Amino acid sequence: MSAQRKAGVSAATDLVRRHRFRPWELLPWIAGIAVFFAFPNYLAFGTQVLITILFALSLDLVLGYAGIVTLGHAAFFGAGAYTVGMLAMHWGWNEPISGLLAGALVAGLIGFVSGLVLLRTHGLALLMLTLCTMALLEQAANMGAAWTGGFDGMPGLSFGKLLGLFGFDVLYFRSQYLYALAVLLACFLLVRTLVYSSFGQSLTGIRENLLRMHAVGAPVRSRQVLVYVVSAALAGVAGALFTQANGYANLAVLGLERSAGVLIVLILGGYGRLYGAFVGAILYMVLEHTLAKAYPTAWQLGLGLALIAVSLFARNGVIGMFDSLRRRFAGAAR
Amino acid sequence: MLETRGLCKSFGALEVAREVDFRLERGARHALIGPNGAGKTTFVNLLTGVLVPSRGTVLLEGEDVTALPQARRVKRGIARTFQINQLFRGLTVQENVCIAVSERLGVGGAMLRPAGARAEVIAEASRLIDMLKLGPEAGRRVAELPYGRQRLVEIAIALGLDPRVLLLDEPAAGIPSAESHILLDAIATLPKDIAVLIIEHDMDLVFRFAERITVLVGGAILAEGTPAEIGANREVRSVYLGSALDA
Repeated sequence: MSAQRKAGVSAATDLVRRHRFRPWELLPWIAGIAVFFAFPNYLAFGTQVLITILFALSLDLVLGYAGIVTLGHAAFFGAGAYTVGMLAMHWGWNEPISGLLAGALVAGLIGFVSGLVLLRTHGLALLMLTLCTMALLEQAANMGAAWTGGFDGMPGLSFGKLLGLFGFDVLYFRSQYLYALAVLLACFLLVRTLVYSSFGQSLTGIRENLLRMHAVGAPVRSRQVLVYVVSAALAGVAGALFTQANGYANLAVLGLERSAGVLIVLILGGYGRLYGAFVGAILYMVLEHTLAKAYPTAWQLGLGLALIAVSLFARNGVIGMFDSLRRRFAGAAR
Repeated sequence: MLETRGLCKSFGALEVAREVDFRLERGARHALIGPNGAGKTTFVNLLTGVLVPSRGTVLLEGEDVTALPQARRVKRGIARTFQINQLFRGLTVQENVCIAVSERLGVGGAMLRPAGARAEVIAEASRLIDMLKLGPEAGRRVAELPYGRQRLVEIAIALGLDPRVLLLDEPAAGIPSAESHILLDAIATLPKDIAVLIIEHDMDLVFRFAERITVLVGGAILAEGTPAEIGANREVRSVYLGSALDA
């Protein structure tokens, strides 16, 4: 076989194998279960980390894979959080799993309606419109006090047993943690399937070159809207989990701080890389947790410095930095 | 096969296409030439639906496609390359071509089956990559390739759409002359019923490739004919060589 043919076959083989599970992909889940046994006093914090991973994963789908720049992703997180809260508060619907589905449905619907309008734009206009969508929802939640609790939100919510069997134990968060881990696994498998599919490949095409995607006959806008809806629904699930785990929902679930926070998570971990959300969320939350304990008044300074370091030395996040190092060593070995 | 009637396009007071009546026959090897700013790329943009004409019609096999968006025209068999590379630079050559083949086969939106499990897509992409002698670079990111090799990826993507009409906008620009035969070889292996329109400044390539040439000047057709007729046309020579010819 000629060298040229061999190289071509190797590229095709890489593509054929890319979606297959690799042994190291079990590590995050083994670590997740290990945390459950090793750190029983940190399960509440662990649950928040898992929720943040899921939220970041949903953002990665639109930002990292489809190249849709957004600063308003908290709109969907908040929609899921408020849906579950309002169902529990006004209708006594506190069954957790159907609550998640309701959160996903409402957030997905908002994603669909807003996506139809704002995905007609690009760049700064798109950025501003995503911000506006979030601000509109935030104001709606603030003004609709009769339904949403307004500025005070909805405190003291309680939820039913999981599958009718496992109650949420407020003190140790054991059920919440495992529940959040299981939901994250299910959502991760969905996202993984999507990004390795032909649809996922076309999303990266849209991110890389919109003009060319039009020129190969792809229905670009409908694909953008579709991925936006899926991402919104996943963010809705993350928001719904947040309300169920914490027993409250308030305006903070819809704010710019949450949108910016999840963006920082992805920048830290590396966007468009599937596992960047995991690394980024753990890094961000551990940093936040430790710095806030050590320097209660100036912890954001430390976070800022970490961000500057990542921006300067690891432009594709921590995972991107490891990827570059791996490629460099592989190149040197050849 | 592809025809325009009275095609006009203006940007404000600037007319970039003026009453263009053009016909590209099935299986044609046709060249569109003209000085810089003649409106050649604008004409391709009008044919492909990137631009909407101010007046006139575009017909594909007798059917009016003037109102169809670009994606629908691609589905009907009009594919193009760009004057300046428009590639998925962060992806490998193999992935670039696979995206085009997936869209042509109608599986680009499939959400559940892995792209790597689509043997027919990968095999077709590999065939085109081999045809354009891009095999050694198939696994490399496009951004890492020299410009000339990227031009060949442009063509591979267009061929991945299995077009009936192929519009090549300066395909040889940036390709070292030693490698331009790869381009001509690739065109020579295309099925005979595909109509190819090439826009090119390299007259050597144009005269080797084209069976018919159209000369566009100031957005209007100046002349059309066989290479021999165009070569002998005094007006065309005047446009290209200026007043020195008239002296």
